[in-house]
Amino acid sequence: MTQQQTTGGDVRLTGISKTYGSFTAVHPLDLTVPRGSFFALLGASGCGKTTTLRMIAGLEEATTGTVSLGGRDITALPPHRRPVNTVFQSYALFPHLDVTENVAFGLRRRGVTPVKKRVAEMLDLVQLGDFARRRPHQLSGGQQQRVAVARALINHPQVLLLDEPLGALDLSLRRRMQLELKRIQTEVGITFVHVTHDQEEAMTMADTVAVMNGGRVEQLGAPADLYENPRTTFVANFLGTSNLIEAEIVSAGTDVVVSAGGGTLRLPAGRCPAPTPPGGRLLVGIRPEKISLDPAADADPDDGRNRVTGRITEAGFLGASTQYLVESPAGKALQVYEQNTGHRRSLAPGSEVVLRWDPAHTFALDAAQDMEAGVQSVQDTP
Amino acid sequence: MTRLLHALRRRLVVIAGLLTLAYLVLPNAVVMVFSFNRPNGRFNYTWQRFSLDAWKDPCGVADLCGSLSLSLRIAALATLGATVLGTMIAFALVRYRFRARGAVNSLIFLPMAMPEVVMAASLLTLFLNMGAELGFRTVLIAHIMFCLSFVVTAVKARVMSMDPRLEEAARDLYAGPAQTFLRVTLPIAAPGIAAGALLAFALSFDDFIITNFNAGSTVTFPMFVWGSAQRGTPVQINVIGTAMFAVAVAVVVVGQLVADRRKSRAEK
Repeated sequence: MTQQQTTGGDVRLTGISKTYGSFTAVHPLDLTVPRGSFFALLGASGCGKTTTLRMIAGLEEATTGTVSLGGRDITALPPHRRPVNTVFQSYALFPHLDVTENVAFGLRRRGVTPVKKRVAEMLDLVQLGDFARRRPHQLSGGQQQRVAVARALINHPQVLLLDEPLGALDLSLRRRMQLELKRIQTEVGITFVHVTHDQEEAMTMADTVAVMNGGRVEQLGAPADLYENPRTTFVANFLGTSNLIEAEIVSAGTDVVVSAGGGTLRLPAGRCPAPTPPGGRLLVGIRPEKISLDPAADADPDDGRNRVTGRITEAGFLGASTQYLVESPAGKALQVYEQNTGHRRSLAPGSEVVLRWDPAHTFALDAAQDMEAGVQSVQDTP
Repeated sequence: MTRLLHALRRRLVVIAGLLTLAYLVLPNAVVMVFSFNRPNGRFNYTWQRFSLDAWKDPCGVADLCGSLSLSLRIAALATLGATVLGTMIAFALVRYRFRARGAVNSLIFLPMAMPEVVMAASLLTLFLNMGAELGFRTVLIAHIMFCLSFVVTAVKARVMSMDPRLEEAARDLYAGPAQTFLRVTLPIAAPGIAAGALLAFALSFDDFIITNFNAGSTVTFPMFVWGSAQRGTPVQINVIGTAMFAVAVAVVVVGQLVADRRKSRAEK
């Protein structure tokens, strides 16, 4: 037991894939989850993230490739022999057992003692000591969720797998449980692999996020890195919001100059996908909160920042900030988020405005991609 | 008058419920009352006077207790056989995709749909053609056969509503295939299996038609009652009937009490 606690290892997936008949759920995939980290698999439903998780748990057999844990190949092991535990979507608590017996289930199967003392300690950790004799259906959603976490964690797995564990909770409870899970992970130091479709959840909780799309990992990195330096349109759109502008390269030096919508924009050469020959095409991207907005009349002349003029078509007041939609030659619906600092009155739809941003905040993507990839429409949100 | 009508209307559901209940319970009440009768002559059809004679000597009629114990043994074995087989069939039908699954799924209802007398006659033909000796064994085989479809139906409904993730969770928590089945699958399916078993017991215990065709010289309790009704009905039949009714009610009441206690303890 103590040995397991101290010798957790990296999860390493090598060339792992899953096909059902002619449908490929996960394309051959290499992934290493460092020991002790909080790792998130992020993607829309059907992107293969849950299948990947289930292959680590052993609940799904990999079509090709191997799963190893701390250097040991566990591909051929059935789920009950893997030192891995899962918190299931909608929890899968045993309805015929009370909270204590649910939590004790793994200990009893392995003959670990003392069961009662360990269960009591675990229930205290998740603050459910008073509910030990309840049945799952007598608990609220948040309580059930904590039982599910306790039932998995009590076994001190080398890796804890979480399959959309917060999906069934309401928003405020979900926020609280995010912090709670993060606290528990820091406290126990176990590797967490977390599957979610909620990009905010992934960014708040995880050290490393792998963005999955169509059975492939699109990009992997720290949340801030993914947000600032998306490498595909899918990542740029799925993680937060991006303004993508089609542009043609004019010249390339330390700064790349592009023309878009009748004007020119600049960005550092380091933020372009190589190579950048003049005449080549790019998608230039800028996050909505990086843009500053001024009425066209007040705008200073050229100050070295990228500059686009347009007209506000929509303004949405959100309390702390206002979201604007701006129509311009560079893009039909550029989004701008402005903090309501009160330094000037908010702008009304119809106003002529100048959008400006630092060239260093500009990123560029390969133009041969679908600009709309990863944009979340109303139907996508579960 | 209008007031009375109004009060009546408000209690209409209760009144209708009570009347229906009386309709259901009345025959049992009559059986119970007549178990304390001392009839003049051989037929226990008119009330004469109160007596405990039959209760003091329930086996006082020749062959009655023999037929009763035979029926209980057949019912117990038929329930066991039908429950084990039916549970396995139900799991197979819900969990696995195999050839002719659809056909099995509908054929399993055939014994329920077919008129019992037709089935009884065809079974007899089958047994005679096979050269089987009619008796305990042929009755048992017949009972398991017609109880099967009821068990399958009851268990299938339960298994279908079971979340397959519960078994995955068990496997994930170090339970091997056997442990998963014993600790999770079986307890969760248990209410369905119990319902199926109870149904099988009741059906087997009081079956007359199929049994009568296939029993040879063996006499089960329903056959005994039928036979004696031709030449007089001993009060002991009412005693046995009342006792069975009491046992059934007791089982239901105890079950309810246990469930209530478990619930209130959990909420403390």
